[in-house]
Amino acid sequence: MDSAFFDSYIWPALVVTLHSLAIILALLVSLAFFMLADRKIWAAAQLRKGPTVVGPFGLLQSFADIAKYLFKEIIIPTTANKPVFLLAPFVTMFLALSAWAVIPVNEGWAVADINVGILYIFAISSLGVYGVIMGGWASNSKYPFLGALRSAAQMVSYEVSIGLVIITVLLCVGSLNLTDIVLAQKTVWFAVPLFPMFVVFFISALAETNRPPFDLPEAESELVSGFMTEYSSTPYVVFMIGELANIVLMCAMMTILFLGGWLAPVDIAPFNWVPGPVWFIIKMGFMFFLFAMMKVIVPRYRYDQLMRLGWKVFLPISLLYVVLVAGFLQYFDMAS
Amino acid sequence: MTLTSLAFYLFASVSVASAFMVIAARNPVYSVLFLILTFFNSAGLFVLLGAEFLALILVVVYVGAVAVLFLFIVMMLDIDFAELNEGFLQYMPIGATVGLILLLELLLVFGASSTLVDKGQLPSATPEGMTNAEALGRVLYTDYIFLFQTAGAILLVAMIGAIVLTLVKSNNPKRQDIAKQNARTREDAVELVDIKPGEGI
Repeated sequence: MDSAFFDSYIWPALVVTLHSLAIILALLVSLAFFMLADRKIWAAAQLRKGPTVVGPFGLLQSFADIAKYLFKEIIIPTTANKPVFLLAPFVTMFLALSAWAVIPVNEGWAVADINVGILYIFAISSLGVYGVIMGGWASNSKYPFLGALRSAAQMVSYEVSIGLVIITVLLCVGSLNLTDIVLAQKTVWFAVPLFPMFVVFFISALAETNRPPFDLPEAESELVSGFMTEYSSTPYVVFMIGELANIVLMCAMMTILFLGGWLAPVDIAPFNWVPGPVWFIIKMGFMFFLFAMMKVIVPRYRYDQLMRLGWKVFLPISLLYVVLVAGFLQYFDMAS
Repeated sequence: MTLTSLAFYLFASVSVASAFMVIAARNPVYSVLFLILTFFNSAGLFVLLGAEFLALILVVVYVGAVAVLFLFIVMMLDIDFAELNEGFLQYMPIGATVGLILLLELLLVFGASSTLVDKGQLPSATPEGMTNAEALGRVLYTDYIFLFQTAGAILLVAMIGAIVLTLVKSNNPKRQDIAKQNARTREDAVELVDIKPGEGI
């Protein structure tokens, strides 16, 4: 094999593959601990202890759970549409993981630092609804179907306000590149001047990832467990991992858009000794803590309230804010 | 270069094959899923051209919103497949005519373009010195702003029209006034009545 071919094709492909594998592995392992953290926080708020048995402080509980799911028998309903039924969980997980290709955990650490990074994440996260719809339809049963319908309407509605929030941030940055977005927050994090948008984004992210209080697609008091009712064993755990990966992705997105990514809170001695990825993980952990707390302290919304909040409250607010921010930047000649 | 052309043939062949499956699949849900695959591969072709902004907008708009709504509607259809096949011969003449006209037009366009456009001077998707998001923004919001605004206004009118057409007028509309609901207090909603046993209200 001649070395030019090796240098230009094989070696870059190898590097990208290894880089991606490293990120996926780190992500999957951290997801196990995020899952545990979610349960521990939930338990602590209810004065329980949560999982304590497997490993020290129950640290290995998630691995035990995953192993248990993987070794169970896969049951597929006889009337289900088999190919789509099995495809659905993998679509969810594949999309959630592929979005991580562009997330910069530190300056220049992203697998692909593409020009339209934020748009790529927006596109990928807007596709998350397909796993849910396909799963709900292919199960060929009432509750999953209702869950899928709810989810489709909910995710499409909240994407609109997420898109507008992203636009306000982009107005302040002047670039679609994620690294540029973080570097633009050197002086002040966008969470400060754009605080209302931060709140809108956080709540929309809850709705987009089907988290409580917006977990209507899987509301157990009404729909058994919604679109996942017919799923068991490996497909179920794949669905769960995909959903959790989506939640963590939303946390990462909020960190990048509003909390200054890997930047230290203030650029002075003790803070900027800490390496960037550590800050990134701390901020992501904080956002995840908020996600978990919302699950504990807020009761589930009614479906019409959910739709009203999305279309009649968030859409006008975020539209108004886009106009305000654009006008402000233009008036003070700060547009980049 | 070889890698690019390999990727091109992959995306192109998959998108043509899945576009064919859109009309060939018997189950309409499969049709929509193949349509999504077609969109994806077309997005891939855009990326190969260097138009990554267009590619992602295609995914966001068509796959992320339009196709979701298609799927939403198609999923809820209760389709009798035997009945669907009966109509085939009945509609074939019309379908064949439309298809033939389309084919002729496409042939005309391709015939004309191969003589008119010099192959070596195809316009580039990425102008010098700016990203293609910037270039597109300049075209849409600076050069053709009035046409763009007109298109927006037409869409708005269409949207209002659709709402007006489907609005069901009822004599007894049950509207919620959220502010009124929230303003309700315990005092004007609940009354404590002291009832003597055996008397009723």
